[in-house]
Amino acid sequence: MLSDWTLWLEWFIKALVLIFALLGGFAYLTWYERRALARIQTRIGPNRAGPFGLLQPIADAIKLIFKEELVPSKADKILFFWAPVITLVPSIIIAAVIPWGTRFTAFGREITLYLADINVGVLYLMSIASIAVYGIVLAGWASNSKYAILGGLRASAQMISYELSLGFSFVTSIILANSMSMLDIVKEQERVWFVVIQPVGALIFWIATLAEVNRAPFDMPEAEQELTAGYHSEYSGMKFALFFMAEYQKMIVICAILAALYFGGYLGPFVDKYPLLGPFYMFIKIVVLLFGMIWVRATWPRIRYDRLMSFGWKVMLPLSLAITFITAMGIVFADIYHNQIFYWAIPLISVLLGVFTVVMIYRELRRKAYERA
Amino acid sequence: MSVLDPAWELLRGLWITLKSIGEKPVTYQYPEQKREVRPRFRGRHVLKRYDNGLEKCIGCSLCAAACPADAIFVEAAENTDERRFSPGERYASTYEINMLRCIYCGYCEDACPTEAIVLGDNYELSFFDRRSAIYDKEMLLEPVSSPEMLTPQKVEPGKYSRRSVPEMKDPQD
Repeated sequence: MLSDWTLWLEWFIKALVLIFALLGGFAYLTWYERRALARIQTRIGPNRAGPFGLLQPIADAIKLIFKEELVPSKADKILFFWAPVITLVPSIIIAAVIPWGTRFTAFGREITLYLADINVGVLYLMSIASIAVYGIVLAGWASNSKYAILGGLRASAQMISYELSLGFSFVTSIILANSMSMLDIVKEQERVWFVVIQPVGALIFWIATLAEVNRAPFDMPEAEQELTAGYHSEYSGMKFALFFMAEYQKMIVICAILAALYFGGYLGPFVDKYPLLGPFYMFIKIVVLLFGMIWVRATWPRIRYDRLMSFGWKVMLPLSLAITFITAMGIVFADIYHNQIFYWAIPLISVLLGVFTVVMIYRELRRKAYERA
Repeated sequence: MSVLDPAWELLRGLWITLKSIGEKPVTYQYPEQKREVRPRFRGRHVLKRYDNGLEKCIGCSLCAAACPADAIFVEAAENTDERRFSPGERYASTYEINMLRCIYCGYCEDACPTEAIVLGDNYELSFFDRRSAIYDKEMLLEPVSSPEMLTPQKVEPGKYSRRSVPEMKDPQD
């Protein structure tokens, strides 16, 4: 089968389309974010280059390409060069297992709307997502600058801490779908989206991904006020653009994963009959989820670093463990007693647990305020 | 509600930012849409004229003396009734302001005995070279409405030769 050259061609074309879609998505995500942020702050945003400012990303790209690239004299030259690459590559290849639809027939052959459907797709996601942290730490180290190294260390600590709760919210949807393949997880949501069954799991995923891609309110690694720009302080020109690109592509990909795991992926009305609607539904879901990220950035202040860590370890991790346990128990009991009540008890108990967590946070804050007074 | 405050307050913040999307943007589309400047705004200098077209500037160099940035250069010459630029004995034959040195403090305005130099409302000053940052008298003088008001004028002898400083009132604003 692998000797069939048309199969190789199909893979090649699909991979190329995916990469260009991500690159174009990155360019227009910057435009989307700037416009949305501007609207929230009652400004207009970039609207000069082309209609509605649609050519702004091109202007930015030209500027960044022609900018002078500085390398600090005492930097580790080799690592300094490779760090942005190590950050960028995982953010692109992670998209390989995301299903954008089922399959359609064209040119006399069946074409699948995903690059790879590997049976451990979720594990692949987890492992690739973890590689990105190397690029950031190496960038911080290679720059030989105190701001950069602090940013890099913060990023590594933060990403490792939140990866645990991220992993558990992956596990939750694996349990619900009874499969590790992304395609099966999406197919399993035909009856009802997993966000309905496990809303708290989706919320944990959402918060953990915000920390994972270093977005506000968890953008300590690149906090301008404290660290000038964190791990990419010393980078300029195209090398800086690669970090920028990696961050925004990770945003897109992570929203696509969230859509696939909890929001029904490519599913939507009439998608059985017209499979090409799949990528379209996926696109809409990603845009909506991205707006959530931008909205949060426009609203919430950055949280203090020690609170970020204690929130990750003392709130997110226990809650995600409990959520996983509840989901597993609900499914096992529904299976043993052949009673769907146990299945539908999962969202109920999870939400109650979420409310209980908020109450516990409130008590903790009250206690701290009391001790200070 | 207060027990759920940790989550509730976050949601309230989100609601506030979402509401502001519907508000009208406060942006001015600058080159097309310009804002009126304030009445006492200090922009580029203008050399004023009297109603009959004679220049108010008498070339006394008090503005140059008052200028903390040393941006003004004035050279005076004698008026005659055949070639009259301004009332009184003398007029400014050269009047130059270096806009790169000027700090728009308005001291020249205060120093002027005839209210000839006024900081106007033009703030769109940009140059391609240092040479063009020096504004000479032609660029600074107020334009006239009819060609016979242009200086130098031929006037009847003795009419404007006595008084060079006009009578003035206290400023109103």
